[in-house]
Amino acid sequence: MSKRRHLIAASMLAGTVTAFSFMSAGTAQAQGALVMYCGVQEEWCRAMTTAFERETGVKVSMTRKSAGEVFAQVKAEAANPRADIWWGGTGDPHMQAAEEGLTVEYKSPKMGELQDWAVRQWEQSKNRTVGIYSGALGFGYNTELVKSNGIPEPKCWADILGAKLKDEVQVADPNSSGTAYTLLATIVQLMGEDKGFEYLKSLHKNVNQYTKSGAAPAKAMALGETTVGIAFMHDIVTMVVDKAPIKVVAPCEGTGFEIGSMSIIKGAKNLDNAKKFYDWALTPAAQKIGAEAKSYQVPSNKSTPVPAEAPKLSEIKLINFDFAKYGSSEERKRLLSKWDAEVKNLPK
Amino acid sequence: MSRATVGWIVLGWVGYVLLPWYGFERGAAPSLTDYFVGGSGLVRGLAGAWWLLPILVPLLLALRPALAGSRPVGSSWLVASGLLGLALVVLQGFLIGLNGWTVDALKVFADPGPSQDGMGFGAALTASAFLIILCHGLAARGWCRGDAFVTSSIGVVIALIVIFVFFPVSTILASAFADDGGNFAPLTFLTKFMDRSIWGLDCLTGELRCGVAWNTLFLGVLVAFGTTALGLAFALIATRTAFRYKKLLRVMSVLPIITPPFVIGLALILLFGRSGALSAVLFEWFGVPRSRWIYGLPGILIAQLLAFTPIAFLVLIGVVQGISPTLEEASQTLRAKSWTTFLTVTLPLMRPGLANAFLLGFVESLADFGNPLVLGGNYEVLSTKIFFAVVGAQQDQGRAAVLSIILLAFTLGAFWLQHAWLGKKVYTTVTGKGDAGIPLPLPRRVALASYLTAIPWAVFTLAIYVIIVIGAFVRSMGRDYTPTLEHFITAFRIEGTERGLYFSGSAWDSFFATMKVAALSAPLTAAIGLLTAYLLTRQRFSGQRAFEFGTLLSFAIPGTVVGVSYILAFNVPPIEITGTGFILVMCFVFRNMPVGVRSGIATLSQIDKSLDEASLTLGARSATTMRRVVLPLLRPAIVASLVYSFVRAMTAVSAVIFLVTAEYNMATTYIVGRVEAGEFGLAIAYSTALILVMLLAIVAIQLAVGERRLGRRSAAANAPAVAVEALP
Repeated sequence: MSKRRHLIAASMLAGTVTAFSFMSAGTAQAQGALVMYCGVQEEWCRAMTTAFERETGVKVSMTRKSAGEVFAQVKAEAANPRADIWWGGTGDPHMQAAEEGLTVEYKSPKMGELQDWAVRQWEQSKNRTVGIYSGALGFGYNTELVKSNGIPEPKCWADILGAKLKDEVQVADPNSSGTAYTLLATIVQLMGEDKGFEYLKSLHKNVNQYTKSGAAPAKAMALGETTVGIAFMHDIVTMVVDKAPIKVVAPCEGTGFEIGSMSIIKGAKNLDNAKKFYDWALTPAAQKIGAEAKSYQVPSNKSTPVPAEAPKLSEIKLINFDFAKYGSSEERKRLLSKWDAEVKNLPK
Repeated sequence: MSRATVGWIVLGWVGYVLLPWYGFERGAAPSLTDYFVGGSGLVRGLAGAWWLLPILVPLLLALRPALAGSRPVGSSWLVASGLLGLALVVLQGFLIGLNGWTVDALKVFADPGPSQDGMGFGAALTASAFLIILCHGLAARGWCRGDAFVTSSIGVVIALIVIFVFFPVSTILASAFADDGGNFAPLTFLTKFMDRSIWGLDCLTGELRCGVAWNTLFLGVLVAFGTTALGLAFALIATRTAFRYKKLLRVMSVLPIITPPFVIGLALILLFGRSGALSAVLFEWFGVPRSRWIYGLPGILIAQLLAFTPIAFLVLIGVVQGISPTLEEASQTLRAKSWTTFLTVTLPLMRPGLANAFLLGFVESLADFGNPLVLGGNYEVLSTKIFFAVVGAQQDQGRAAVLSIILLAFTLGAFWLQHAWLGKKVYTTVTGKGDAGIPLPLPRRVALASYLTAIPWAVFTLAIYVIIVIGAFVRSMGRDYTPTLEHFITAFRIEGTERGLYFSGSAWDSFFATMKVAALSAPLTAAIGLLTAYLLTRQRFSGQRAFEFGTLLSFAIPGTVVGVSYILAFNVPPIEITGTGFILVMCFVFRNMPVGVRSGIATLSQIDKSLDEASLTLGARSATTMRRVVLPLLRPAIVASLVYSFVRAMTAVSAVIFLVTAEYNMATTYIVGRVEAGEFGLAIAYSTALILVMLLAIVAIQLAVGERRLGRRSAAANAPAVAVEALP
């Protein structure tokens, strides 16, 4: 019997040893480290990481995820936070994290250099999150499809309701995408709640698909899968720079915008480095990196040069977006269930 | 008392006295004394961590029978020691957390109370030792006919499933019954559960949409039927015909399974989308108007059939090969026509395989996330709905949990149905008896049907892959067909520097991490899966059904839920493993284990127990029997589970999206990022590279494991029949 016993013992040992070889978990706590959750495009995230490492010698462990994913993760890890700083991604989840106390208050010495909208974001979140870039909502159209189908070039929100664009508009589902929720909140603020929902109902007839991800309509437009796509203008610009036959439109009635934000995680293990990064990320030198990485948002530091390709915020009619009201969980739930009940399930 | 038992008692002491009880912080540099004695449970216990000291009691209890020799009283001591030890380790682990007591009631004694880190090597070793001691004790008391190997195996598998499946999943499912504040609220559950968007039947009466639950169910059934039929056609052609391009067919049917998510969907859009290549041809030549039919049910269905047919094929080929020709020959000798034989003998013998293939297809469809995401259009299914309930604008974890419960219920329902259909019939056809038949050539209409399904499908698959390969080598698929290598250079650049090669491509990090995790998890998955299958088919023990059910559970839970639940469960002591490669490996092992179990069961149920018994009667030990008789006969199952788990570890996305870190970034999350950024070219190029790597891996696995050789003549060979030539 001994041979069999040996086999048993050996196999079980092998199993346990493999298990052990991974066991010693922990966080990056060593001197000069920073754990960052990054919410923008990979290329930008990487460029920021290397630039900061070169500047300060702090070793950055960066993980890229969408804003919603970062929020879900930060929330799940609240009992034992892994990350120090959450940089980038649309402002809503940052606001919500601030509301739930997942992030900490911090006042950077750079506050004075920032645009008003960035400072307002900081004030509204009770000093827990600050604006780092901003981008306006808009739509784009595939110029080839518009020409071949003889559709007049749309310039306003009202223009995309036309019967010629039936099944030709694409936008994300506000339940899954912050971009589409921004549209919902924008339309409600622009036209009032009742008229706004009337608008969304007539838009519904022209929507061929509510996508999951907010930037997907921009890609679908580039491929010619849809004629009109509603998204953040900088996402559409990325496609234009990539030589897609698309024209970006800033709707004539006015439009809403997002504020990409930055927060320090509560319970950060490397708090000093997180603050160091926070201050650095608000400087023009750091904010310039965005355009170099093909992201065309408008930076929040007044002296950062605005990339030439970026939609000029000064030329766009921006509404006075109430982030505090429309970012709160309560209002969000109410609007979303109203949209679900009154718009999404309508027959076409 | 056996030497193995003594060995485990010694290991228990080693874990407690020598090895560090707690895990180290990453980045901390532990010295040798931290590893030996210095950080051990005993030393920590004496130095203030008083809650570790009681563990000495069960360790001492275990010594009692060792000293007393082999008298039967020993077993009670072992059982007591194991039970008490496990209870103590678990209790102190869960009651004392990172920031003091974890239960508010205990704060009466001290606030916040003592604190401790996650368990380390020592704690893990001691806990495993207690478990094995308990199992040996139970074996000595006559459980499982006194076979310590069997009891220990059952114990280990149960413990692992409890830790890595039940524990994390129960943490998240509990949130289904909680309101926003975290309090128990069954009413919230009911309102969320009965929601119209889940169960609505509006599509039957009007133009409105049906509930997401019906959508999912409908899609799942369609996909399960489709994959089983296609898989069977491929399996029949590959085993029972003289088709000339069998090898090619095999490779092609396996291609989709090794394709990273999103890629098939992307290729389908590039082919059938409104401005897709094929749509353009149809429009220009035949005037078929361009439309968006691909978005929605048709698109998901095609993509899932492409993706999951190989799984059905892998399950069915083992089963079809295993069917004994003797029975078919008998049928023909009795003058049955070949069609009658096929219908009344061959097909019924395939039932375990068909049922398993159907079950896997159904469950895979339910859990699939990538394809509905890309191609779903307005057709919503549970898996994407759950994902966006967690990460979307609603951030409603409770809703995700409710949807997960529904998904779980569907899967388990399928499992029970399968059991009911198979019933208690016997499907054994690989026996020790002379097995001299020649496999029945397929009846003409079956062969024709197989060819007609399989070949167009194979051609279609080929077209998809041509598109993918083209996509990797042109600037921008669908818009700009200038040939280029820039995608590969961006991803996989290697520079020669003075200090040797430098991997400067942007994909290398995630590529190496993925390879490491996949290579580690595949053998573990296969081992634990086949061990479980062996226990389920060859042993009888109480609670077997519940045990089988538990092994299936992790498969039924959508990846997103698994990901979030792993963070919730394993981010805090006692088991603190987030951010390590270990959590990724464990996640894959327990998500993919069911395939090993299912294919193991399907194959084992064909192999007559008398083969094992013959081997035992001839004086072989059961380990030898396992090694020389059972394992060689299990080769198809081994290949299936190794291949599947390796490939899955490289292509899974929804589960790992929450588990990746900077250090362990996975290829799929990197690809998803590229797709999100609109860099389809880079995504497709990276995917092609991954496909190539996985192909090589599959070939390597096939070669390493080898084929099962049953002593059956092929129609051409005249060699005399050999009983079962299973030995290598």
